[in-house]
Amino acid sequence: MKGALIAVEGLDGSGKSTQIYLVKRWLELEGYKVFFTEWNSSVVVKSATRKGKKRQLLTPTTFSLIHCTDFADRYERQVLPLLRAGYIVLADRYAFTAFARDAVRGCDRQWVRNLYSFAAPADVTFYFDLPLEVALGRILAGRPKLKYHEAGMDLDLSPDPVESFRVFQGRIYEEYKRIIAEFHPVVIDATQSIEKQQEQVRQIIAERIDLAQYRWRILR
Amino acid sequence: MSPRQFYGTPPPGAAPASLGGKLIVIEGADGSGRSTQIAILNDWLERRGHATVQVGLRRSTLVSAELERAKQGNTLGRMTMSVFYATDFADQLDNIIIPALHAGFVVLADRYVYTLMARAIVRGCDRQWLESLYGIAVVPDIVFYLKAAPQQLVERNFQKKDCLDYWESGMDIGLSADMFESFIKYQRLIEREFSRMQKQYEFEVIDGNRPIRAISADLEKRIETVL
Repeated sequence: MKGALIAVEGLDGSGKSTQIYLVKRWLELEGYKVFFTEWNSSVVVKSATRKGKKRQLLTPTTFSLIHCTDFADRYERQVLPLLRAGYIVLADRYAFTAFARDAVRGCDRQWVRNLYSFAAPADVTFYFDLPLEVALGRILAGRPKLKYHEAGMDLDLSPDPVESFRVFQGRIYEEYKRIIAEFHPVVIDATQSIEKQQEQVRQIIAERIDLAQYRWRILR
Repeated sequence: MSPRQFYGTPPPGAAPASLGGKLIVIEGADGSGRSTQIAILNDWLERRGHATVQVGLRRSTLVSAELERAKQGNTLGRMTMSVFYATDFADQLDNIIIPALHAGFVVLADRYVYTLMARAIVRGCDRQWLESLYGIAVVPDIVFYLKAAPQQLVERNFQKKDCLDYWESGMDIGLSADMFESFIKYQRLIEREFSRMQKQYEFEVIDGNRPIRAISADLEKRIETVL
C-alpha cells in the first residue's frame, strides 16, 4: 500500500475535527494529494441508520453492525482505493470510535476488534485528550439539545438527556483509556491552544510520513 | 433446561440460560424447495400445538429495504455486503429469534448464517473473520441442508421466474459472462462451501431431488427427535 492513513480520535468536544480540518488545509495548500472521510457518512446505509435511530430499533449488536457497514462502505469504495492510488487519507474517527462506543453498549471487545480487522490500521492516530469535565462543558454549553443516541439514552442511564450524556461520555472516556493502553496512539493535550496543538500534529506527521511522495505529479 | 449454545460470544442481553424453544434451520439454494418445505413444516408444527415464528434473509425491519435497493444497484463491496447482511441477521436475532426462544416458540429459519458465510467466502472474505462475526448466532437444534443438483435448481428457477437471478448466478464475481454457465459454476462453489461446513456445523443433508411429500416426511421424522 502506497498511501498514508491519518486518523483522529477523542471525545465529543475534544476539538479533533478542527484539528483534522487544519491538517487537511495545510496538506492541500502545500500541494499534497489528500482525501478526507468522516464517521457515519456513507450514502448507501444512511437511510437505514436514520430509520434505526429515529424509531429506536437498534440493539447494541445492530448499532455496532450498522456503523461497521457504513465504515466498510467508505473503506472499500474510498479509503482503500485512494490509499492504493497513493493518497494521504484523513479520517475523522476510525475504528477506535467503534471500539469505545460498542464496548460501552455491551458488545464483546474482542468481537468488535475482529469485526474491524479487515481495515488497515492507521499509520498515525492522534488522540485528543481532554479532561472529561472540560469536554462535557464544551458540548453542554454550546448545544443543549442532545440527540437520543448521542446522549446514550439507549443505555437507560438516566431519563434526563444531559445526565445520561455525562454518564455515557464518562464511560466512553474510560474505554478510550483502555484503547490508548492497548494501541498507543499519539496523545495530544487538547487543553492547549488550537495553534499549539496543530503545530505538534503537523510536526509529528512530517516526522512519521514521507510527505514528498504525496505531491501531485501533475501541476494544476 | 441446559443453557443455549452460541457459536461464539452471545450478543449483549441474550441470557442463554433462559432460552428454551427450538431453532430449526433449513438451508439450500433458491429452487431447492426450501420455502415449500417451511410452509408444510409450519402447518405440521401448528397442528401439533407448537407456536412458531419464521425468520429468513432480508426480512429485518431495520435494513431489508436498503439491502434490496443495494442488490438492484450492485454498488456495494464484499465486506460492506457481508456486514450489511450481518446487520439484517442480527436484527432478527435480537428482535425475533432470541425473544421467541425465550417464550418457548419453535423458530423456523429459512436459511441462516451458513448461506451468508458461504456467499462471503466465495467472494473472498476471510473464514475466521466470518466465524467471529457470526459468533453471535444461536446454535440451532437441527440444521437441514436441502441439496439439489444444479440442473434441477435451474429448472425450478425458470418455473418460478422467467430468468435466473443475478445474485444467485454469482454474476457479480465474473465467473462467466454467460448467465447460465455462471449460475452452474456459482452454485457448485456454494455447494462446495456447504460440504466444507457440513461436519463443523452438523448439517443433516437432505436429498432435494425427490417429491415434496417424501422430503417433508423425512424432515418431520428427524424433527421429532429434537422436539
